[in-house]
Amino acid sequence: MVIAGIVIVLAIVVMTALAPWISPHDPSMEAGPVRAPPSFQFPMGTNHLGFDMLSRTMFGGSVMLQVSAFSVLLCFLIGVPLGLFSSYVGGILDNAVSLVIDAVYAFPGLVIAIAVAAVLGPGVVNMALSIAVVYIPSYFRIVRSQVLSIKELTYVEAAKASGAKWYTILSDYVLPNVVPSIVIVATINFADAVLTAAGLTFIGLGVTYDIPDWGWDLTNGRQYLSSGAWWIIFFPGLMIILLALGFTLIGEGLSELLNPKLQR
Amino acid sequence: MGLRSYVITRILLTIPTLLLLLTMVFLVMRVLPGDPVALHFEKKADPWQVESMRRQLGLDKPLLTQYAEYVFGLIDVNYFLAHGYPNLGKSMSNFDEVGGQIFSVFPATLELAIYSMIIASVTGILLGVAASKSYNSVLDQLIRGLGTVTYAVPVFFLGIVFQLIFGVYLHWLPTSLRIHPSVPPPATVTGLFTVDSILQGNVIAFFESVKALLLPSLTLGIVLSGIFVRLTRTNMLETLRLDFVTAAKARGLSEDTVTYGYALRNAFLPVLTMMGLQFAALLGGAVLTEKTFSWPGLGGYILDRISSRDYTAIQGAVTMFGLVVALVSLVVDLLYAYFDPRIRL
Repeated sequence: MVIAGIVIVLAIVVMTALAPWISPHDPSMEAGPVRAPPSFQFPMGTNHLGFDMLSRTMFGGSVMLQVSAFSVLLCFLIGVPLGLFSSYVGGILDNAVSLVIDAVYAFPGLVIAIAVAAVLGPGVVNMALSIAVVYIPSYFRIVRSQVLSIKELTYVEAAKASGAKWYTILSDYVLPNVVPSIVIVATINFADAVLTAAGLTFIGLGVTYDIPDWGWDLTNGRQYLSSGAWWIIFFPGLMIILLALGFTLIGEGLSELLNPKLQR
Repeated sequence: MGLRSYVITRILLTIPTLLLLLTMVFLVMRVLPGDPVALHFEKKADPWQVESMRRQLGLDKPLLTQYAEYVFGLIDVNYFLAHGYPNLGKSMSNFDEVGGQIFSVFPATLELAIYSMIIASVTGILLGVAASKSYNSVLDQLIRGLGTVTYAVPVFFLGIVFQLIFGVYLHWLPTSLRIHPSVPPPATVTGLFTVDSILQGNVIAFFESVKALLLPSLTLGIVLSGIFVRLTRTNMLETLRLDFVTAAKARGLSEDTVTYGYALRNAFLPVLTMMGLQFAALLGGAVLTEKTFSWPGLGGYILDRISSRDYTAIQGAVTMFGLVVALVSLVVDLLYAYFDPRIRL
């Protein structure tokens, strides 16, 4: 499961990275007739402007990959240290931070992302920011729940007794034990970020039309469906599903491997 | 702690959460962008116009005063009694009461959410139980695969595919709106078309509204069912190994009694919690589903207001989403306490 997921994700990353060299046409240039169905010349057809869909599919992952990678990085850099510090210190600080985080966590994620994106405006960085706001709580919560039990363990006690500073304890003794859970959250976060980015694009808060993007193609292709041009939305949609599926498989596989209750 | 004191504590605990939520919504809408009025006009208005709108909406007052007005407006009982909806301020596009606009579109979202949740949880639980009973078999792998794939499908893509198949090609089901335009909707009692039409004995309206509901709620329900499949399966697998299940089997109880009467009853509590948590995701997904199916609900409203840069209305709609989620999580926690006797101890 994990391996299948990694293969899917890697394949998409490699395809997107190599797109400038392997794509048969310029993704934002007229390559043939308008709305041509899939054929030998255009294996995925062309869109309403005559752009080659195969080339657009090869290029189109870059926005999503950037948005999801950037948002995961942001969540990681904010959520993990915050969770470590807050739960290790405990007391009023921990309670206050938890209360705020729980309130965000309980809120419909997409609605927060929409509200933040509406305020910030479209673009890759803004999309990543609005998605990060939604998923920081997941990191915080998982880190916190682990730290609360780890910090009572005897080896942490021993480290304290030997005079280790609090930041040494957190980084060298506590963090390594939290990493597996963070990795699982991060992969699921990747999948969610891809889907959220697609959703934001669908409601018009994504990138502009001049950048090839699966989400944009899917959204825009919708209006040509009644004329039977299914290929304009089908291939971008399939790619989004594959990318999200790849990350989900990695996350699910890992969490199953790490759940001792299910191993007989 | 008895059940009653648990209930009271839980209700009291909702208050700080709500207040925090209101504060965050306010901060996001008012502090992050700078000036909503200037954003509304996109730099095209003359200063006099901007200033007069600011005054009309009370946005010229200090931020703290605005905050107080926002929070106290929401809990203003007199206003609520006079209008039938809470005070959420005035819309920037037409100076209508945002609360009234939101309360008129909200039932559409609620109806969609209820039916989607039923579809998601029933299919999810049934499939999850079936998978856990045949652990590691082909059926189990198939169901798990299905659960994983549905999780990865963008809800609007599934919606578009459904529209294409059942609407455009087969002409079986309507692809937009809550009821066919030629059928007069039932008079408003609850605002839920299916309930209102039954109350009034209006068979045509009932069938038409069910037909219109089918595609959107199936779309949203299927996308969410994956989580229920996974959770039910994992919990059932853990529960089926416990001694009391073996004991029940040893006593010669039928397979179904053991599965549904014993194991599922115990595995159900985490699923119930998940229903509460997923309700937030459901409302998020509802925004996209409503957009796909031109469903005239709160999600459609918020998107419409985003395009007209009506920040007071966006703030009101986001607040409404928050209130609903807080209410649902309160109800789920109370149900949990009712079902799980350990909480009462």
